[in-house]
Amino acid sequence: MIVAGAAGVVFGGRIQSAVNSALAPLTQNDPTGLTSLLPTGGQFRYYSVTGDQPHRSEAAYGLTVGGLVERPVTYTLAALRALPQTQLTKDFQCVTGWRVEDVPWSGVRLSTLLDAAKVRPTAHALLLRSFDGTYTESLTLDQARRPDVLVALQMYGKPVTRAHGGPVRLYVAPMYGYKSLKWLDGIEVVPEVVPGYWERLGYDIDAWIGRSNGRDDEPT
Amino acid sequence: MTSTPGSAVPTGATMSPRSAVQRFTRAQRWVHRAVALLMGVCLLTAAMLYFGPFAVAVGRRHLIATIHLYAGLALPVPVLAGLLSGAFRTDLRLLNRFDAADWEWIRRKDRRQGRVPIGKFNPGQKVNAAFVGGAILVMVGTGVVLGWPNPWPLQYRQGATFVHDWLAAAIVVMTAGHIVFALRDPEARLGLRTGFVSLDWARREHPSWAARHGSPARPPHSQTATPGPDPAGEGTQEIPNNRRERAWPRSAE
Repeated sequence: MIVAGAAGVVFGGRIQSAVNSALAPLTQNDPTGLTSLLPTGGQFRYYSVTGDQPHRSEAAYGLTVGGLVERPVTYTLAALRALPQTQLTKDFQCVTGWRVEDVPWSGVRLSTLLDAAKVRPTAHALLLRSFDGTYTESLTLDQARRPDVLVALQMYGKPVTRAHGGPVRLYVAPMYGYKSLKWLDGIEVVPEVVPGYWERLGYDIDAWIGRSNGRDDEPT
Repeated sequence: MTSTPGSAVPTGATMSPRSAVQRFTRAQRWVHRAVALLMGVCLLTAAMLYFGPFAVAVGRRHLIATIHLYAGLALPVPVLAGLLSGAFRTDLRLLNRFDAADWEWIRRKDRRQGRVPIGKFNPGQKVNAAFVGGAILVMVGTGVVLGWPNPWPLQYRQGATFVHDWLAAAIVVMTAGHIVFALRDPEARLGLRTGFVSLDWARREHPSWAARHGSPARPPHSQTATPGPDPAGEGTQEIPNNRRERAWPRSAE
């Protein structure tokens, strides 16, 4: 058994990806959800660091952009929807290994919000907050201004659901999933990087897919 | 170990020594309980980390993952502590041996009727023990890789994830089977709860063991050659209650 276990550790990565692709047609189109009981990748898994599933109604929702800016502002959901929307279809890669391919995202580029707020020259980074009350994330301004970093309002052509971080979440396409903070309600422009929740627990701050956290996943 | 000072029940005064057999000492029962508890914690927290509906209901990923990690690391401790007990070591030796009677038991349909000379553990129990023992080691090993991933190359981390995930699925199946078998056999559960089983049950399920340990309470000089049938119903009626058991002399084991 120990030998089998050791062999599994050595070859398991390859076996698992073979199993994943063999079962993909099943797991992707499973109306019962029963295949989620099998240890395969390819689907979203729900991770939250707080107890209750955070909830904010569309009417009560507000996204504050503040800190080192000339024009602090709070957007309602309607105001965000009125801004230019960007569509991206890209993979979502979790640092724990699972990856969901070709997710259609839609939302406002984070750079749009930063430009509107007029970031001060002393600023260097963002501190992003979740209305779960605990989770935070960080991005440098350069990272945040990339065109593939969205304040996402839609996934799969529908409003982002509560479990996926709705009504508004971040989608940082080139980085591991923990950067794509869910239940976003605060963007604070700060002088330097403040490590986020998982970053204080040892994960890399610059979480480039395939170039961080000791992983070699294919970039999205 | 099994005698409690101050027990008021007169030893052997009101019960037939032939009606009950000591199957487990306190050490064996506590090893089983501790492993069961830790395994239960591991499985529950695993479900909260892994299955969407539970994960959504519970959240608190970091906390749950930490509990899971340390409950898992603790799993070998009760077994290692059990090694201090001679009775537990004897059981390990018995579990590790597969003999001709075991194969016979697997083949026969009437295996539960005491006709195959099965010892203290039947083949299913032996396989389960071997699986659980090996599984704990493999899960702890791969769990360490997952819990402290930094020193390990990615290939081993992925491999460890693979082994940990699929072996967990196998453990769920084996544990479910283990519980189903236990639910079907109240007297086997009684054996693990109190340490004692009836001689009738022992003769039916573990005849060879029952023959060797069937009359543990009798000192050798008082043994009479009376292998005849018990008085009607005696075997199952006269299982001592908890307080009496403590006063029960230990088996020769």
